[in-house]
Amino acid sequence: MNLYDMTFRIPVGQAFSTLVELLDKRLESVFDFITYFLNTAVKGLEDALQMIPIPVMIILLVLLAWRISGRGVAVFTLVGFILIAGMDLWVETMQTLSLVFISAIITLGVGIPLGIWASRSDLLDKLLRPVLDFMQTLPAFVYLIPAILFFHIGRVPGVISTVIFAMPPAIRLTNLGIRQVPADVVEAAHAFGSTDNQLLVKVQLPMALPTIMAGINQTIMLSLSMVVIASMVGAPGLGKEVLYGVTQLDIATGFEGGLAVVLVAMFLDRVTESLGKGNQDNKNNQ
Amino acid sequence: MTTKVSAQNIYKIFGPNPEKVFKLLDKGLTKDEILRKTGHTLGVIDASFDVEEGEIFVIMGLSGSGKSTLIRCVNRLIEPTRGKMFIDGEDILKVDNKQLRHIRRKKIGMVFQRFALFPHRTIIRNVEYGLEVQGIPVDERHRRSMEALELVGLADYAESYPHNLSGGMQQRVGLARALANDPDILLMDEAFSALDPLIRKEMQDELLDLQSKMKKTILFITHDLDEALKIGDRIAVMKDGVIVQIGTPEDILTNPANDYVSEFVQDVDRSKVLSASNIMKKPEVIFTKDGPHVALRKMKEMGLSSIFVVDKQRELRGLVTVDSLINNRKNLEKKDLNELIQTDIPTTSPDTPVRDLFGVAAEARYPIAVVDERHHLLGIVARVNILAAMSGEEVS
Repeated sequence: MNLYDMTFRIPVGQAFSTLVELLDKRLESVFDFITYFLNTAVKGLEDALQMIPIPVMIILLVLLAWRISGRGVAVFTLVGFILIAGMDLWVETMQTLSLVFISAIITLGVGIPLGIWASRSDLLDKLLRPVLDFMQTLPAFVYLIPAILFFHIGRVPGVISTVIFAMPPAIRLTNLGIRQVPADVVEAAHAFGSTDNQLLVKVQLPMALPTIMAGINQTIMLSLSMVVIASMVGAPGLGKEVLYGVTQLDIATGFEGGLAVVLVAMFLDRVTESLGKGNQDNKNNQ
Repeated sequence: MTTKVSAQNIYKIFGPNPEKVFKLLDKGLTKDEILRKTGHTLGVIDASFDVEEGEIFVIMGLSGSGKSTLIRCVNRLIEPTRGKMFIDGEDILKVDNKQLRHIRRKKIGMVFQRFALFPHRTIIRNVEYGLEVQGIPVDERHRRSMEALELVGLADYAESYPHNLSGGMQQRVGLARALANDPDILLMDEAFSALDPLIRKEMQDELLDLQSKMKKTILFITHDLDEALKIGDRIAVMKDGVIVQIGTPEDILTNPANDYVSEFVQDVDRSKVLSASNIMKKPEVIFTKDGPHVALRKMKEMGLSSIFVVDKQRELRGLVTVDSLINNRKNLEKKDLNELIQTDIPTTSPDTPVRDLFGVAAEARYPIAVVDERHHLLGIVARVNILAAMSGEEVS
């Protein structure tokens, strides 16, 4: 028998395809509801952000950066967002921010509780590990196809694929942060008669906070890195500009879109990073 | 005296199938053989002890002897595989989680080797923790925690964070945290082992000082024999998961149960542990009603050059020497015995450590009289007794 012309083949792809079709038929109403809900949320936030006049919005963002991260980041925010407005990408930026914001909320809303759960259950931790590997390394296009089937073209498959890609660090770092709380401190909490919830809320979460904040930061950065892919399935925003640049060989448009993504990313990174550090600094200074 | 904590035949076996191990134990296999054969580690093997109310009970052993496992069986931070653990007569191994929390909150405080303070909480919030989880109102828990902090002398640091404090101060906070909910029982797991020697000594003294006021029941774990002898009312010596001897510091020193214990105690500075009452002898005495003649005859019989004089209630009056009695007779002075008594003689209390008697013994021409607080003569300590005790000879 020649090893190179085996007739034997495991139909993995076929099985997955069948599963997707089955899910699409059986859970159509559920998916439709999710689609409606998410689309309304993102669209609503887009509209709300666009109602705020550009100068007011810039001032608000600068104030936010100043309060949380200090003067340097505030100056950067001012320059960055004036540049974005100047490149005439304001609407797209607000659309991207909305998508990222809603995606991040969902990601953290699911990821942090899952991370907490995984920190308490070695079994779940073990089961989750390969799933998280899948989510992080499976090329996004692979799940974009079923996402379109389930959620149609538009913002929602963008949100879904962003959530899938950005959730692993939220879960992993929450789990890690809680597991890193020294065993004797946990023991002390038990010795004084804490319930499991008291242990979590009064000891584990506060002590894991810097690590969890790092997870939140990672989640937001990864969300942003998905904007181009989200645009491929029809989500509006900065990704669309980049995509236009790529497909039309329009260097100028592509670069402007890309630059705006980087500016937004740096703004979000610095602000969320200081948020995590700020907590620690307060502790150390008092 | 009532028994506060009573451990009965406690076993702790680490591994997936402890029942299998019991069979091998019955066959007489050793800890190492069982580990090699089954992969199970025997933490504690058949440990039994009673701790009386108000007692400092020390569990001493080297690392890996199972002492930390055993103390965790008392408040079930580690679940014993077998046995009974009575706290105030209630088997804590039989209670459900809710009752267990209740016992941990009300009855047992714990102090940890590495302090185990909550780094994100201020000192006062650390001390409050045990009261906070009980749902005690803010005002009351703040007041009680401040009292506990004052007890350990750290009230000024209430708003600091643990990392701003030195190791010794952090452990004081650990102690205050354990005392804040006023438990009857304190579990101290190598509480002073992570501290510098000087600070450690200071903390030991402070603990003894606090204990004399509070009368808690304390289980204290240590690997340091000097520490065990210093603070323990009774000591349990552990080796390889087994309690090999339980006794007072004097018992351990003078009657070691086996070679392991005697090897362990051979380098101990006995002068710190043994006290005057451990080495004193029963004295020959004469009574104030006896005359000089009786005194002289008794000293001749016993071959003594001096003798202590007591009254009818055995209260020490002083000492007469054979010289003064003979002079009295030679000079035909018909003095009363009372006139011949020397009252300026060295005395000591029964719990004075022997090391504090060295100087006195070196100076004194006569044995040292051991008297209680009402000046009753309990015994005498001669230089030879001190030397015998220091050399580790049997002293009776």
